[in-house]
Amino acid sequence: MNLTLKIWRQKDANDKGKMVDYKVTDISEHMSFLEMMDVLNEQLVGSGDQPIAFDHDCREGICGMCSMYINGEAHGPDRGITTCQLHMRMFKDGDTITIEPWRAKAFPVIKDLVVDRTSFERIQQAGGYISVNTSGNTQDANAIPISKIAADEAMDAATCIGCGACVASCKNSSAMLFVGAKVSQYALLPQGQVEAVERVQNMVAQMDLEGFGNCTNTGACEVECPKGISLENIARMNREFLSASLKG
Amino acid sequence: MSVLDSKIPAGPIKDKWTSYKDKINLVNPANKRNIDIIVVGTGLAGGSAAATLAELGYNVKAFAYQDSPRRAHSIAAQGGINAAKNYQGDGDSTYRLFYDTVKGGDYRSREANVYRLAEVSANIIDQCVAQGVPFARDYGGLLDNRSFGGVLVSRTFYAKGQTGQQLLLGAYSAMNRQIARGKIEMHNRHEMLDVVKIDGKARGIIARNLITGEIERHSAHAVVVATGGYGNVYFLSTNAMGSNVTAAWKIHKKGAFFANPCYTQIHPTCIPRSGDYQSKLTLMSESLRNDGRIWVPKNMEDVMAIREGRKKPTDLSEDERDYYLERRYPAFGNLVPRDVASRAAKERCDAGYGVNATGEAVYLDFASAIERYGKEQAKIQGINNPSAAKVYELGQAIVEAKYGNLFQMYEKIVDENPYKTPMMIYPATHYTMGGVWVDYNLMTTVPGLYCIGEANFSDHGANRLGASALMQGLADGYFVLPYTIGDYLSDDIRTGKIPTDSPEFDQAEKEVKEKIDFFINNNGTKSVDHFHKRLGKVMWDKVGMARNEKGLKEAMAEIKAIREEFWKEVKVPGTADSLNPELEKAGRVADFLELGELFAKDALTRNESCGGHFREESVELDGEQKGEAKRNDQDYAYVSAWEYKGEPADAVLHKEELEFNDIELKQRSYK
Repeated sequence: MNLTLKIWRQKDANDKGKMVDYKVTDISEHMSFLEMMDVLNEQLVGSGDQPIAFDHDCREGICGMCSMYINGEAHGPDRGITTCQLHMRMFKDGDTITIEPWRAKAFPVIKDLVVDRTSFERIQQAGGYISVNTSGNTQDANAIPISKIAADEAMDAATCIGCGACVASCKNSSAMLFVGAKVSQYALLPQGQVEAVERVQNMVAQMDLEGFGNCTNTGACEVECPKGISLENIARMNREFLSASLKG
Repeated sequence: MSVLDSKIPAGPIKDKWTSYKDKINLVNPANKRNIDIIVVGTGLAGGSAAATLAELGYNVKAFAYQDSPRRAHSIAAQGGINAAKNYQGDGDSTYRLFYDTVKGGDYRSREANVYRLAEVSANIIDQCVAQGVPFARDYGGLLDNRSFGGVLVSRTFYAKGQTGQQLLLGAYSAMNRQIARGKIEMHNRHEMLDVVKIDGKARGIIARNLITGEIERHSAHAVVVATGGYGNVYFLSTNAMGSNVTAAWKIHKKGAFFANPCYTQIHPTCIPRSGDYQSKLTLMSESLRNDGRIWVPKNMEDVMAIREGRKKPTDLSEDERDYYLERRYPAFGNLVPRDVASRAAKERCDAGYGVNATGEAVYLDFASAIERYGKEQAKIQGINNPSAAKVYELGQAIVEAKYGNLFQMYEKIVDENPYKTPMMIYPATHYTMGGVWVDYNLMTTVPGLYCIGEANFSDHGANRLGASALMQGLADGYFVLPYTIGDYLSDDIRTGKIPTDSPEFDQAEKEVKEKIDFFINNNGTKSVDHFHKRLGKVMWDKVGMARNEKGLKEAMAEIKAIREEFWKEVKVPGTADSLNPELEKAGRVADFLELGELFAKDALTRNESCGGHFREESVELDGEQKGEAKRNDQDYAYVSAWEYKGEPADAVLHKEELEFNDIELKQRSYK
């Protein structure tokens, strides 16, 4: 198939940036979206132009590196996938595809489609852990039984890949789904209880400091999340936060 | 005597690690505050090492080329992690895990290292649960296990099909705690481009800030390289796009010996390639072989009918299918080790029985498992005489709970529903058992320079068993290196901060900058990927699943020719002082072009078949094992450790003889 691509080009963080049109031809429907981008970049290198910078690494939907806003949707027009898992069979011959970086104040553009997500790192550093040193002398792994339901729910929350699609999809650029997922994982496990009060308070405080917006329950984040992280995690975080405030 | 000293402690194998730990030198807490350690790579090995070293009190500087430690490719490991917990009461023990790993590695690993790995495996599970890793549990609330290839027990712990992700996020959380305390200085989007040696010791690195292009100097009292494997030498592999050999190769060029480069794992269950544009191959976890049965049609007419779309796989009756692994290996069936399963798939496809248009695919079928689970569920739920549709529905739910994310991944890529039609799979490069040579302390042949995880060679011999990579990465990082590195650093408590304005740093930085300037100014005619793809094709065709003398000699000459052309004709657009992915790739492919030749040379030197290394000249000619790989313990029971001497073809071989005191050397039989 032949396609027209409208792609955001921005030389560096200080550049104003603009949309630029490109044409690609003979694209196979079996290609992944990023392989289509490879074809375009090979074309650009051949003609002496600057290839388009975009983040990607594992190309199997788990590292969370790829981050394109395609035709107005994070990770493009399919559900439950990242951009690297999007295939060209989702498009038609002659289509025009618009490709932009994540758009959020807390994710400044570095170059073209590459954004800076270190705000997520700082939120995790504020409390996204259990304070246990590596000793080899912790208690036996089976010493505390955990109900299968709680373990499965914790796992569902823990599958977040930190890509930032939730923020990019949210009209308020809120990071509540990302933070809620981490808070929930630990809130659901007995190991996470000891530091529960400080954790939710510190992570939420850092989230606010980074300039992420608030949640107004639109639910776009849940729809666009490649790992299907549920809105329940935001509700659970709010409960944890409220209960932490009461405790002190 | 060889220049290689593996430093294996004396004493019975069961006591080696414990008594060694009792006697090695320690660094007191006040002195640890004055010692700096650089950790390059933040996957399971690097991430766990960085966190643990920082907990102990050292000042750690960690480096990752991704924008976060959480994105290292350990995250993509699906199936699980082994540990000798014997929670299932099925006869597992430290010794049995040790035995399985040595046997699975086709008797080409170092006994003492493997025993230690098995010994600390149980601690890993305890540690990860304490960190909040949500492993799968049964209804009683205890940890669940599954079985993996090459073993007869269930010792694999898992978190759905995302075990690597959960373990890495555990190590990442431990790192975050130390980053917040200021004990780890994290450098994201940085790539190590050389190691700096002062008075023969590793004392720092040169790194490039991938956003600004700035070349930075970082000093430390010891350097740890944990940068993973070199499978991308094949261009197509299950590795991440950025996975590379650069850090390992740079330290090789500065004196670290490179061991067994030809030991590469071609994983049997990957999604077959579909076209020339393909950028990577996707693995389907080995755990699927617990419930999936592998087959091709028995009759060539059916193969043709399927390829031409006249028949569907589900049209074939049981009699018309060749479950070739169950036929050839009745004892282990579909759960033979990876190298055996891969070669068996190649054998069938080479004979013309491949089931897709390229002729390079076999089926992985879940129909029997769905039926078996469905009937079991019907019984549990008290449904008498359930209809076939009901059985299918109940069974599918179980399979979905176990492997749902893998099935979804398959469907997104291939556009077929694997619940309804069998998956198509074919082997692909996945893991490299070879790597930088290290002694028992995980130190390379350069003092103060360590190598851990997939990047070293130590534990998996010539073939790695499933769910053992995660175990080794975390064992090295959490439980081995933090002890052994202290023994070395105890001599450095009076050294003080290492300055970065020495002539050694000047020289290393100058060389790095010259190479970058060369790429930017070369103005050649061909892209980096052009050369990488050509290298990959030579590697796959001549240094792939089956190797012979003629092909290997040709490969060495061809790789050298591609390398020479690369340095003349490579074209790198853009500038050195900005984010420039093409420049990053150029440096990595330059190193792959050298490694590839050494790889072929190593394969040529080793004229035996062992594990993932299969020489066509070395097969069993008769008896029950006819056609199987033939190992030669008489001549090749050693580790090949290569010393860099300029051109890869001039590398000098050093042998570490392998001694087997606790396991009898036997032919591997899975029949």
